[in-house]
Amino acid sequence: MSRSDAIGLAYLVTIIAFILALRFLSSPTTAPLGNRIGALGMAIAIGATFAQAGLHNYWSILIVMLVSAPIGAYAARAVKMTAMPQMVALFNGVGGGAAALVALSDFHQVAPEPGRIKADVGISIMLSALIGSVSFAGSLVAFGKLQELISGRPIVYPGQKLVNGALLTALLVLAIVVLAGQQRQTLVIALLCGALLFGVLFVLPIGGADMPVVISLLNAFTGLAAAATGFVLHNNVLIVSGMLVGASGTLLTMLMGRAMNRSLANVLFGAFGQVVAGTAGAAAGVDGASVRSATAEDVAVMLAYAKKVVVVPGYGLAVAQAQHDVRTLADLLEQRGVEVTYAIHPVAGRMPGHMNVLLAEANVPYPQLKEMDEANPEFPRTDVALVIGANDVVNPDARSNAGSPIYGMPILNVDESKQVVVLKRSMNPGFAGIDNPLFLNPRTVMLFGDAKDSVEKLIGSVKNV
Amino acid sequence: MHTSQIIVELTVLVLAIFVGFEVISKVPTMLHTPLMSGTNAIHGIVLVGAIVVAGLPHQSTWIRIVALAAVALGTMNVVGGFVVTDRMLGMFRRRAPVRDSGPVKGVRGNREVSPTNPEVPDEPE
Repeated sequence: MSRSDAIGLAYLVTIIAFILALRFLSSPTTAPLGNRIGALGMAIAIGATFAQAGLHNYWSILIVMLVSAPIGAYAARAVKMTAMPQMVALFNGVGGGAAALVALSDFHQVAPEPGRIKADVGISIMLSALIGSVSFAGSLVAFGKLQELISGRPIVYPGQKLVNGALLTALLVLAIVVLAGQQRQTLVIALLCGALLFGVLFVLPIGGADMPVVISLLNAFTGLAAAATGFVLHNNVLIVSGMLVGASGTLLTMLMGRAMNRSLANVLFGAFGQVVAGTAGAAAGVDGASVRSATAEDVAVMLAYAKKVVVVPGYGLAVAQAQHDVRTLADLLEQRGVEVTYAIHPVAGRMPGHMNVLLAEANVPYPQLKEMDEANPEFPRTDVALVIGANDVVNPDARSNAGSPIYGMPILNVDESKQVVVLKRSMNPGFAGIDNPLFLNPRTVMLFGDAKDSVEKLIGSVKNV
Repeated sequence: MHTSQIIVELTVLVLAIFVGFEVISKVPTMLHTPLMSGTNAIHGIVLVGAIVVAGLPHQSTWIRIVALAAVALGTMNVVGGFVVTDRMLGMFRRRAPVRDSGPVKGVRGNREVSPTNPEVPDEPE
């Protein structure tokens, strides 16, 4: 067996390890082991690459790796769970950037003279450079929005779609010119810069509430860029891994779109949160109903004498860092014999599954975390639905008001429970800027204030019941 | 007949897409964030490409810098991705810890096999 065959076999082991890692993610009990198998697979691939014949610059590569590994490890250890969407966006960008740089340096290697580059390799280099750069710049903008370094509101200007369309067309033309034989390094660098600009312009008009979709999409992009790099280097492990990531990102993007009842095009080009602001108000208060507000003591009595309480957490809970207090409240209620579960909407939080991680961090056992399809049949048997920092995902207009911008979006049917308590900072509408008739429902009471303060007051009051 | 390399690679690509959709559609919503950070770590495989390119002979200085920058980004991607996923997955517990020790980071080993669900093995620590 030749050395290159041995390396190829090692890469095959890596592919198996990655597939197993994803396979083991089907259950929280097996997932940690799966992740370690994946890491082992990665180590094997890196080792095999170093064993490759004719590899130069061992020491500089090794030193760069030894210096950058602790940076990645430190970031991963230090990041707060609420900041996980930013972290994932950043790693997405870093991966995409690496793919683009590999494309750039490989172009330099394979195309020393015009006309020597093969079509398949050339196309792959262009794709890797384009998608990688878009992913890099787009991810950094998404990071900035999530970290609130730049405004999370959609940034729009007249003719935006036209500008973006023209830029993309220009980039594709440039790529074709390079492939047609104009293999100048400057053109490739211009392509990279243009793609970076496009990545920025493409994410800027997308609002903060749509970030789960954007992060999933950029995840898919980086996977595709890695796969394209695999075609450049004729390396199967890159092709397979890249496509696994691409499939994952695509699937999550589709799921997020379905959970918000919106097409991908609507998310990317709709500038949601800006357009709908004008239509809000149509449904509110027409029947003269008013909002009932309650004190923490009232709510504590309701909770303490309930048989079944369902907590509906939204992003407001994460922002207020109230997940640990919610867990304490749930413990108190459970000691009194109350059954407590959590109903989690697919887009609760700022990335797919974010709320589950936040509650798991607060030591909530995962069997108590119910997905939407599992939670909805339970609401008619629920005494109190405790809505904390969630708004649009519990808006009954999505079910019944065909004029509502979120009409058709699947929601948690909290209004079917005997009583609803909404913890909310104020009567300001949510991310999407839409009024919520749930607040006017006669079975609903509002507890105004910061989520953390309110939950702390509830804890104190439940102790005194 | 000898199949050209590009056809073999396209075959691998298509099969990978189907395997990916098959495997990932079985991941529960609860684990979608670890799925994203885990796949994030996996696309760090681009590090392999970066090492290959950085290891080519006869490079101009600036291309060598570009390739080494790719190695640096790839390494951070790989290490950070796996570490953060491991940290997150360690938080998912079937039962609450016996004693509430609060939000201690990286507490592990409280996962237990439920008597009602004995077929689910625990992770070896």
